[in-house]
Amino acid sequence: MYKVLKKKIVSVLVLNQANVLTRVVSLFGRRGFNIDSLTVSATNDPTLSRITIVFSATERSMQQIITQTAKLEVVKSIFLLDRENSLYRELLLLKVNATSEQRRPIKEIVDIYRGKIIDLSKDSMIIELTGTPEKLDGFMEVMKEHDIAEVCRTGITAIESNAVADMDDDM
Amino acid sequence: MKVKGSQVVTEVLLDHGVDIIFGYPGGTAINIYDELYRYKDRIKHVLTADEAGASHAADGYARATGKTGVVFATSGPGATNLVTGLATAFMDSVPMVAITINVQDYLIGSDAFQEICITGVTLPITKHNYFVNDVNDLEGVLREAFLIANSGRKGPVLVDITKDVTEAFVEYSSKSPYPLRKNPEPKADDVETIVKLINHAERPVVYIGQGAVSSEAAAEVRELIEKADIPAVHTLMAAGVIRFDDPHNLGMIGMHGTVAANRAVDKADLVIALGGRFSDRVALNPKKWAQKAKIVQVDIDRSEINKNVKVDCAARCDIKDFLIAALPLVEEKKRTEWNKTVSEWKAKEFVSNVKDAKLHPHEIIKVICDNTDDETIFVTDVGQHQMWAAQFIEHKKPRKFITSGGLGTMGFGYGAAIGAQMAFPENRVIHITGDGSFHMNMNEACTAVTQELPIITVIMDNRTLGMVYQWQTLLYDRRYSNTKADRATDFVKVAEGFGAKGFKAETPEELETAFKEALKEKGPSWIVCSIEREERVLPMIPGGKTVDEIIVD
Repeated sequence: MYKVLKKKIVSVLVLNQANVLTRVVSLFGRRGFNIDSLTVSATNDPTLSRITIVFSATERSMQQIITQTAKLEVVKSIFLLDRENSLYRELLLLKVNATSEQRRPIKEIVDIYRGKIIDLSKDSMIIELTGTPEKLDGFMEVMKEHDIAEVCRTGITAIESNAVADMDDDM
Repeated sequence: MKVKGSQVVTEVLLDHGVDIIFGYPGGTAINIYDELYRYKDRIKHVLTADEAGASHAADGYARATGKTGVVFATSGPGATNLVTGLATAFMDSVPMVAITINVQDYLIGSDAFQEICITGVTLPITKHNYFVNDVNDLEGVLREAFLIANSGRKGPVLVDITKDVTEAFVEYSSKSPYPLRKNPEPKADDVETIVKLINHAERPVVYIGQGAVSSEAAAEVRELIEKADIPAVHTLMAAGVIRFDDPHNLGMIGMHGTVAANRAVDKADLVIALGGRFSDRVALNPKKWAQKAKIVQVDIDRSEINKNVKVDCAARCDIKDFLIAALPLVEEKKRTEWNKTVSEWKAKEFVSNVKDAKLHPHEIIKVICDNTDDETIFVTDVGQHQMWAAQFIEHKKPRKFITSGGLGTMGFGYGAAIGAQMAFPENRVIHITGDGSFHMNMNEACTAVTQELPIITVIMDNRTLGMVYQWQTLLYDRRYSNTKADRATDFVKVAEGFGAKGFKAETPEELETAFKEALKEKGPSWIVCSIEREERVLPMIPGGKTVDEIIVD
C-alpha cells in the first residue's frame, strides 16, 4: 500500500556534549529514517545545542521517532515544527559561471530575490541568499538557465513563532 | 577521603547494595580487580568462562531478583564479548550496569592494544552509555548509571572508564543512591475511560506482558482478573504472573501460544494490554490482530504506545500504579458466558506429533515439574525446548521463568542460570536447554563447578537445530540446510570432564530416576534426554499470519 510521506521538521534540544549528534542521528538511521537536512547550532544556553532535522515520514512513524528520540538521555526536549507556528530559514551559496555579458541578467535575478553577490571573478560569481527553503528552491529554478558550477545549502534552521504571519519581507 | 578511581567503583557498588558481580579480569581492568581483592569480603566477584557468560549471569541475576545486575569486563575483546548480553538485556528491559575499563586516556584513538570504542559499539543496545576519562566525573556517572538502569522502563547502561582514571585520586564520601525518576502518575481521565470500557465489555481479555513483572504487579493483575471475571493471556516474558491452574488463564499468546489464547483475542470486544508491546511474535499480523476489539494499553514507555498496533485508549504509567487506581472502579461481575466460550477452546490434552517416541518433550517438563517446588527457578536457552518449557511448565509465580524473549539469544541459559542461582542459593534452579543452544554456552559449567552451584541442566537432545528444522519442514519443503547438526558430543563425558555430574535418559522413568539423583548433588549436573528430531512445537502461527491459519498438528 502506498503510504503518504510528508516532510517533517523537528527541533531537538540536546545537551552540548561529545557524541550527542551521533546518538540522535544514529537513532533516526536505525529506525529507518532518511534525513533530508540537519543543522546543529548553539543556543543562548551554553550547556544546550539545538538540532533541526528535516525528514520524510508517515504520521504514525513520525510519532514513533519523536517518542523514541525523547527517550534518549541527552535529549532535553523534542517538538515538531509546523508551517503555521514556525519560521524557517536556510542559507544558499551558489557559484555560477558567467562572462561579463551574462552578469547583468544574473544580477537582476539576485536583486529580485534580495540576494548578494559576494565574490566576482573574470568568468564566475558567487551568490549568497537566505530565506525559506521554498524561496531558495524558486531561486534555483530561475537560475537553471545559467551555467551553475556549484551549490551549497546549509539545511533548515527553524524557530517557533508567536506571530501569525511570517514577517519575511524578502518575497 | 581521597580514594583511587577503582575504589570509587567499589564504593558506589556498595552504596547501591551490590554484593555480587560477574566478570572477567584483564590488562586494563587490573586496578579494579586489585580493588576487588581488597573488597572480597563485601563484594563477591563471580569469575565466568567468558564475558558473554558474565553478562548473561548479571542479566539472570537481575531477572530473578528485580535488582540491578552488574558485570565487569576489560577493554577490547572483553568489552565486545558483552555485546550479546547487553542486547539481550536491552530487548527484555532488564536493569544492568556494565563496567568496562578502556586503555589509558593518552592512548585513546591510537588503536592501542585491546582498545575498542565500546560506547560506539553498544550505542544501539544500551539505554545509555558513558565514557569516563576524568576521575572527577566517575562517581556521578556511576550513580547516574544505576539511576537510568532502574528508572521508568528498565535497561542496561554501560560505563567505560579509562585505566588512568582507575588509578587517579579523588575525594569520595559514601552517599545513598540518587532517588529514581518519578513515574508519571496515572491520569484520572485515562483510568476512568479505560475502566468504563472494561465495565461495559462483554468479551474482554487481559493481555499481560513483561511490564507487569517489572512493576511487580502480579497481585493487582490477579485481582483485576478475579474481580471482573476476565480471561487472561500472557506473553512468553510474563509467564507466572498468573498461575498455570488459574481458570482464567488461557496460556501464552502468539506464534507458539495456545489456540484458546489466540482465539480469545481474536474474538474479544476489548483487549486490555498491561505492559505488553504487541511484538511480531504476539501480534503476528498487526493489521488483523484483535480486529473485533477495542484495544487499551497501559505502558510506562510512551514510545510503545501505538507502536505496533494502533490502540483506542492508552495510559502512560506504571502497571501497578494504574491497577491500584483502577481496581476500586472496576465493577465486580460475572462474565459466565464468555468464560465458558473461551474455556471450551482450551486443549483438553496435549498430543505430540510423534506418537511413538520413547520420551516426549512435554513428558520431560512434567517430570521436572513433578519433582520441584513452587520456588524453583526455570531458566531456558532459545529454540524448541524454550517453547516447550514455556508451554508445559506449571508457572506459579513471576520471576521464576527466565528466558531471552526479545533477542532470542541462544547461549543465554547457562549464564543466566548461574546468575539466578547466585542470587538464590536456597532455591532450586533448573536450566532447560537444547543441544544446539548448549553447545554455545556449556563452557560455563566450569563456573557452576567452581561455585558449587547445584544447577540441573536438562538437555533436550535431538541432534538438530530443531526450531529452524521445524520451519524447514513446514515452510521450506524439507530442505534441511545446516540444521542436522549430527554432532558426536557425549554430554555425560563432557560433564564429567568439567567436574560436573552427567546423566542420560531415554524414557520418562529413566529421567525421573536421573533427576532424583541430580537433586542430591551439591554441584551442577547435566541430564541428556534423547528426543525425536521430528518433534514439533505446536501450535504454530507462521509469521504474518493469524489464528485462522494456526497449525495444530
